Amino acid sequence: MGLLSLAIWLPILSGVALLAVVRDPGTARWLALATALASFAVTLPLISGFDNGTAAMQFVERFDWIERFNVHYHLGIDGLSLWFVPLTAFITVIVVISAWEVITDRVNQYMGAFLILSGLMVGVFAALDGLLFYVFFEATLIPMYLIIGVWGGPRRVYAAFKFFLYTLAGSLLMLVALIFLYYKSGGSFDILTWHKLPLPMNAQSLLFFAFFLAFAVKVPMWPVHTWLPDAHVEAPTGGSVVLAAIMLKLGCYGFLRFSLPITPDASHHWAHFVIALSLIAVVYIGFVALVQQDMKKLVAYSSIAHMGFVTFGFFIFSELGVSGGLVQMISHGFVSGAMFLCIGVLYDRVHSREIAAYGGVVNTMPKFAAFAVLFAMANCGLPGTAGFVGEWMVILGAVKTNFWLGLIAATTLIFGAAYTLWMVKRVYFGAVANHHVGELTDINAREFGMLALLAAAVLAMGVYPKPFTDAMHVSVDNLLKQVAVSKLPAL
Amino acid sequence: MNQMNWPAVYPAIVLLAMACVVAMVDLWVTHPKRLPTYLLTQASLAVVALMHLWAFNAGDTVYAMQRMVVADPMGHLLGLFATLAVMVSLVYAQPYVAERDMLKGELFTLSLFSLLGIDVMLSANNFLVIYLGLELMSLSLYALVAMRRDHADATEAAMKYFVLGALASGFLLYGLSMMYGATGSLEISEVFKAIGTGQINKSVMILGVVFIVAGLGFKLGAVPFHMWVPDVYQGAPTAVTLLLGGAPKLAAFAITIRLLVEGMLGLAGDWQQMLVVLSVGSMLLGNIVAIAQSNLKRMLAYSSIAQMGFMLLGLCSGVVYDNTISAGNSYASSMFYIVTYVLTTLGTFGMVMLLSRPGFEAEEIGDLAGLAKRSPWFALVMTIFMFSLAGLPPTVGFYAKLSVLQSLVSTNVPGFVYLAVAAVVLSLIGAYYYLRVIKVMYFDEPVDSRPIVSTPSVRAVMSLNGAAVLAFGILPGGLMTLCVQAIVKALAT
Repeated sequence: MGLLSLAIWLPILSGVALLAVVRDPGTARWLALATALASFAVTLPLISGFDNGTAAMQFVERFDWIERFNVHYHLGIDGLSLWFVPLTAFITVIVVISAWEVITDRVNQYMGAFLILSGLMVGVFAALDGLLFYVFFEATLIPMYLIIGVWGGPRRVYAAFKFFLYTLAGSLLMLVALIFLYYKSGGSFDILTWHKLPLPMNAQSLLFFAFFLAFAVKVPMWPVHTWLPDAHVEAPTGGSVVLAAIMLKLGCYGFLRFSLPITPDASHHWAHFVIALSLIAVVYIGFVALVQQDMKKLVAYSSIAHMGFVTFGFFIFSELGVSGGLVQMISHGFVSGAMFLCIGVLYDRVHSREIAAYGGVVNTMPKFAAFAVLFAMANCGLPGTAGFVGEWMVILGAVKTNFWLGLIAATTLIFGAAYTLWMVKRVYFGAVANHHVGELTDINAREFGMLALLAAAVLAMGVYPKPFTDAMHVSVDNLLKQVAVSKLPAL
Repeated sequence: MNQMNWPAVYPAIVLLAMACVVAMVDLWVTHPKRLPTYLLTQASLAVVALMHLWAFNAGDTVYAMQRMVVADPMGHLLGLFATLAVMVSLVYAQPYVAERDMLKGELFTLSLFSLLGIDVMLSANNFLVIYLGLELMSLSLYALVAMRRDHADATEAAMKYFVLGALASGFLLYGLSMMYGATGSLEISEVFKAIGTGQINKSVMILGVVFIVAGLGFKLGAVPFHMWVPDVYQGAPTAVTLLLGGAPKLAAFAITIRLLVEGMLGLAGDWQQMLVVLSVGSMLLGNIVAIAQSNLKRMLAYSSIAQMGFMLLGLCSGVVYDNTISAGNSYASSMFYIVTYVLTTLGTFGMVMLLSRPGFEAEEIGDLAGLAKRSPWFALVMTIFMFSLAGLPPTVGFYAKLSVLQSLVSTNVPGFVYLAVAAVVLSLIGAYYYLRVIKVMYFDEPVDSRPIVSTPSVRAVMSLNGAAVLAFGILPGGLMTLCVQAIVKALAT
């Protein structure tokens, strides 16, 4: 069994075991932590053993799975997907720690659901077979639906249904697209074969939109983003963290793995359309975030704006843009996860997410406020933090392609700073607003530990992003070469 | 030509003999739960299942009874699944009916007779044999639905089922008689040859096909011949709902293949259009009306209408522009669909019985509230069933939908590709009501705190049933291959 299989099945099987066997909450917590750490440890050799010099798939595993449809259990990672595997496992560790004392109801099910979800998401990033990808992609809906619905807030049922049906609507059309590609390629579900498949323009356009719908809902792009604020607000803290840190990236990753290389001509043809939607997300959603009363909603809208930045970077077809988008995805994984954890820390104490319910938190929780401000700074893209690197690369790439597009995209630095810092000002600074805030106790060792881990990651990536960009360099180059070559059949 | 070939019909003979023996033996049984009758029935069914399995493995196509009957791998495979379905149904049903004072020997005798009818239909090579099998199955089921005779709903359901079922049989018989009149033969392969000559008045045959499709539509429960399905599923005792919602679907599928494909492939361009209409109508009405249901059995009935619509799509795509294109794969996808649908349906109705107790029928969706707290295990099993019906990976329902969609897209005809998109959109609507069941089980608080009482065998079979839905979802290849083999052999003759 290869490393990737281990990274997928270790958390899934342990999660199932937790669901089936463990009843005692204490045992469930420790087992979940042990599994999450072990799964993370499994992903580390992927980083150390990764060869930056090739765009070929690495750590490949390939077995027959369903012979009738020529489906293979085919895994592998390249520079585009490498970092998301350890990121997923890392965030799962954080999620398990964050739920330690907070979740008291059906602990084994909570932990089991997150472990299963973690394995499925690694599967999405590692799958090189179209059907295998789809199975993992869809299966992630099931645990997330239950997480939002069982442990969520007052409107959890509405949010869970909206999340599920929106995502399913998008991905079902992708299923038809996959079957169509299977037919066109003469009976193959192999993604790498599809990359080389010549396709006429109208077929490319149809495929492009089928994929676009699936991934745009998942990213989410304006105007199919409305499920995200609801899902984030109602999900428990761990659910929000995973949703923002990893699940949104599944959509972005889909663009790189499917849309761009399989339908390059359609991607070029419709690039302006995607760029327009992305910039609307950056600017308009930035304004929307500014007026939010609810902290989680604010961070949710901020995520949409940041993801708009990512898709914008992808569709300017420059090395800086695509790498910048990828770096932004990773950094957003750390930063948004941390932001939601901070909100969770406050919510556990005061049971409110309203910005107006707070004020002057720094006076009673100085250690916590230091972390929160750091993450907020990273969210607005302060140099030296992870948030800066990706945004800077994308803007640089955009200005080289088209100055005005770069200018519009760069406004994110202003809006991002505006809505994030204004929230920070209202929540953390100023005088102590009410007796709830006055009675707050600072974070304990567990909370300190998980926030410190994330803070270290955010700073490390901000100061020294080279390992990330080095790993993706060759693969991004190769992707752009593929996209530059027309796949239209010769006339 | 005139051979009798008795071995080909041994399973049917065993069923006939044992149905009579069970009826006799039951007269002497005094056990309050009728354990001897039950065990004898299960043992006979197990023998029949083994005989089908053995014959399927042999893989031969044998004509018997002077070509009235054909024993081919498709018949044996479906016969095996139908027998297993009846066995599982009886496992779920036995404690349920025993607690409600409905446990008479008739339950077992009539189930055996209905299975005999199914068996006859599966291996029919002659219009009259199909009709005989259909009537034997239907009459047994009418009586079973009416088993709870002091109950108004059940009586109403039985009347409805009887009147509409008789009408459907009439339609089918009328259509068959027209085909006989036009082609001069009752034998399916002779009819096929006669149509192939192109000498026959087409208008008579098309009229015949219309009536045949209507009759089949009734039996499958496809729109617009679906009216009986919700009332009968809801009104019949759940044990009987299980018996008529499971194995008979396999028989209806088999005679559809025998009549439309093996017999009237020459008219495919005509029946194909009718099936497309039935199919889209069923998916549309089934999925949308199911949303409005609060009764679980009724919701599952509408869900079955929608699922049958999806299954019919696979039958449509075998023939394009009157050319047979990879037909084996298309029909096999439908067969895979219906087999896995029956597997899942056994579980869902079994769950309704498992959660019921004397004096309380867990028929409303609300009765499942908080099941995840009362019994996490069965909530999980039910969740697997629901996701399978909704067609989500990694359950078997996903591959069933996938293979049907694949057969549609592979035709490379724009109309069929749009049909695939429509099917996908409609199954998205369907996902809503399956999700609602999961919502009730996981997100709502229990309203009923009484413990769930069930026998160990029911628990074990239910768990196996759920595991099978999941296991075929992770490794669907084997079952798919079996279906393809069976269909290819059936088409080759």
